[in-house]
Amino acid sequence: MSRRVAAAALAAALLAAPLLLDDYHLSLSCYIGMNALVAVGLVLLTGVSGLTSFGQAAFVGMGAYASAVWTTSPAVPAALGSWATSPWVALPVTLSLAALAALGLGAVTLRLAGHYLPLGTIAWGLSLYFLFGNLEALGGHTGLAGIPPVPVLGLALASPRAFHLLTWAVVLGAVLATRNLLDSRAGRAIRALKGGRLMAESMGVDTARMRAVVFLVAAMQAATAGWLYAHFQRFVNPTPFSLHAGIEFLFMGVVGGIGEVWGALAGAGLVTVAMQWLRDVLPRLVGQAGDFELVVFGIAMVAVLQRSPQGLWPLLARRVPPPPRRLDAGAPPLPRRAMPPRGEPLLEVRAVVKRFGGLTAVDGVSLSVRAGEIVGLVGPNGAGKSTLFDVLSGVADPDAGEVHLRGHAVQGRSQRAIAALGLCRTFQHAQLVTGMSAVENAALGAHRRGRRGVLAAAWRLDRAEEARLLGEAARQLFRVGLGADPWRPAGTLPLGQQRLLEVARALCADPCLLLLDEPAAGLRHLEKRALAELLGSLRREGMSVLLVEHDAEFVWGLADQVVVMDFGRIIAAGPPAEVRRDPRVVEAWLGAEG
Amino acid sequence: MSLDVALWLGQDGLVNGAIYALLALSLVLVFSVTRVIFVAQGEFVALGGLTLAALQAGRTPGTFWLLCAAHGAVALRDGAAALRAGSARGFGRSLLFHLGYPALLAPVLWLAPLRSAPAWVQIPLTLALVVPLGPATWRLAFEPIAGASVLTLLIVSVAVHLALVNLGLLSFGAEGVRTRPLSEARLSLGSVAVPAQAAWVVLFSAGLMAALWFLSRRTLAGKALRAAAMNRVGARLSGIPVALAGRWSFALAALVGAASGVLISPITTLYYDTGFLIGLKGFVGAVIGGLASYPAAAAGALLVGLFEAGASFWASAWKEIIVFGLVVPVLLWRSVAARHVVEED
Repeated sequence: MSRRVAAAALAAALLAAPLLLDDYHLSLSCYIGMNALVAVGLVLLTGVSGLTSFGQAAFVGMGAYASAVWTTSPAVPAALGSWATSPWVALPVTLSLAALAALGLGAVTLRLAGHYLPLGTIAWGLSLYFLFGNLEALGGHTGLAGIPPVPVLGLALASPRAFHLLTWAVVLGAVLATRNLLDSRAGRAIRALKGGRLMAESMGVDTARMRAVVFLVAAMQAATAGWLYAHFQRFVNPTPFSLHAGIEFLFMGVVGGIGEVWGALAGAGLVTVAMQWLRDVLPRLVGQAGDFELVVFGIAMVAVLQRSPQGLWPLLARRVPPPPRRLDAGAPPLPRRAMPPRGEPLLEVRAVVKRFGGLTAVDGVSLSVRAGEIVGLVGPNGAGKSTLFDVLSGVADPDAGEVHLRGHAVQGRSQRAIAALGLCRTFQHAQLVTGMSAVENAALGAHRRGRRGVLAAAWRLDRAEEARLLGEAARQLFRVGLGADPWRPAGTLPLGQQRLLEVARALCADPCLLLLDEPAAGLRHLEKRALAELLGSLRREGMSVLLVEHDAEFVWGLADQVVVMDFGRIIAAGPPAEVRRDPRVVEAWLGAEG
Repeated sequence: MSLDVALWLGQDGLVNGAIYALLALSLVLVFSVTRVIFVAQGEFVALGGLTLAALQAGRTPGTFWLLCAAHGAVALRDGAAALRAGSARGFGRSLLFHLGYPALLAPVLWLAPLRSAPAWVQIPLTLALVVPLGPATWRLAFEPIAGASVLTLLIVSVAVHLALVNLGLLSFGAEGVRTRPLSEARLSLGSVAVPAQAAWVVLFSAGLMAALWFLSRRTLAGKALRAAAMNRVGARLSGIPVALAGRWSFALAALVGAASGVLISPITTLYYDTGFLIGLKGFVGAVIGGLASYPAAAAGALLVGLFEAGASFWASAWKEIIVFGLVVPVLLWRSVAARHVVEED
């Protein structure tokens, strides 16, 4: 069964449900839909971006209460006429409120390490819950009643039968939009957030902003669920928006498979039904009233995270394989940057120092790279080469010294600012988004060359640009010799090819200066020769390369200039033929006997 | 506000703050050793108070059955591991300890006249019942995924909280309890009479905090624990039993939690779910301290206590909102101070 057939079957089942099911089961299905809507947001937030929130229930509550107040309070929109109290007017109000709250909460937590957001959301979830219970205007613990149903084409959706369609239309819309988003320029940046932030920043992704966007999207989906909830129940009180509800939402995502949008649907269905059932059965079993289903729930959650952190989705996905994907070969190539004239000073490093506590990793290093030149940076392990790369690319700030790139002083500037000037790098330990395909990983490098954002991606308004970005990625993959299977997950490539993929990604950025950190490590002889040829042709095109490499023959044969580092200092520099005869180099490299 | 009110609020804030500080410290300790943000720490506070109250009321505390269940589960897991490894070495010892320990406690619980026993019998027995639940929690919930990300560990931690708090409800019911104070005396603080128990709380907390600090900073065992936190592989290569680090830190956390529960149960009514809020306030204190420094965490927690006392006087309905809202400016400040992108593990 293909995914298309499966999706069509699901849609048909949902359409037919109002004809086949009774009100009780239709209500249950509506609740599953609302829960799924929240869980889809958590998939994006937790599964994909590696952030998490225990406070989604508070956003749901916020949506429910905001719409309830807007549509029932005589004070708010009376002056505007009766149309103003419509749930359809309340929806954008609700969403804006949730967006504001999410932005505020995100602003204080998202720049910090990953666990501050969940902790912040626990405090937020508790506070808002107490607020709902204590505000007179919100009816205190008794809540608000008399909320109007949602009108559609003059028809009030007052029964579960009528509401079912609305709920699932919204849910499926959110699922599709989220899937579209993940398969786009913005989506690739989002998928790099979990564990790849440093790399993504080097490719020009504003990761703090992307984290905020993801949190915002998740919060607005939760608020939409709250809006649906208020107008379905026609009554709200604080109970369903407690911290525990927030934990349940997260569990739905974890059970279903927190990495996949459809998994959220499966998880929401399973957890909602199981909880309902346990709530009926357990009190009879135990013989007293209480939330005993939560014991089972908590233990089940621990078990799932221990046994199957990927949730149920991988099991389902095996039965429904994804359709094969194609690349559009006809997309026009992206515009290229004008390379600086050959021989122009491109990179000037002056007396750079970088210390880590008592260790001086880079100690007064000066070097320069001219346009159209390959400079080899060699030296034993621990000589400070990778640290120097970090300083040049903005990953680390130098303690002293200056770095000039195309005439701009860039020491201490952000990675993104440096990337914008045309510097792109690879990493000593390949930094790939392992679950993403090779071509998408490469396309991450072209992030700065596209403009389309989250909204365009969600509604597929980005396809023309997307084809050009993927086309560029495919070209660069082909160039480094990985063109055979562009959709293969990057994590399944052998280590040497992962490094080549890093090179392809860097080339996608269309840099004028390429910083390569041991690109030839793990390559076989023929692959090394191909890489050397590639670097040579890049040089002919006017690109400059600063190359860290341990394979001496590779460097001697390729570089125009060689800089030798040892213990953080430069011990020799010049054309390869001279440097390789320098006695200090021979000693550092081969030991004294050479 | 009169001086009396200020004095009263000040001592109230100090007493609560001392407990929060204790919990904050143990949160920092557990986090720095295991990278687990132990949200369920507060449950041990509730279990400590409820267990002591049950002993004083002459009932068998439900904690005993929790202990049996948890130890049984650990023994089962060890048994399964022994089967897989094809060797029973170590399993016999595990079986002996995990089943023998509750078996030793059982006659004491059923035969000894605990109801009329003095506090120096009841309190150690309470700790003996509650504390082993800490290492058992580690073994069952966290040890199998000790290398997972902080985020996954946090989700597990929240799930453990959910299970434990409702197990507390199952074993103790929903009624609130108070225990007998260590002494009925009252101290006069100016014109305000303060229960002596309040002084006990502050003294004991200060002592325990000093002990914790000494343990982790000044002893070899403490240094080994911290080394295990920074680099598991490196610590293991240096001969530190990394697997034990988790158990010990969870035992300490359970001890601190249960002791806090015992200390405050004479002055605060404890319900099965009170612990969570108390734990979270300790946690707010720890966050104020940046989840890293002991003195900063303790100071942050004291601040939370004083703030809470003030809030409960001026706007008691908003008390919780104000206390949890405290996190926001703190996070904002830390956020402004953070410059570079941090890569998470």
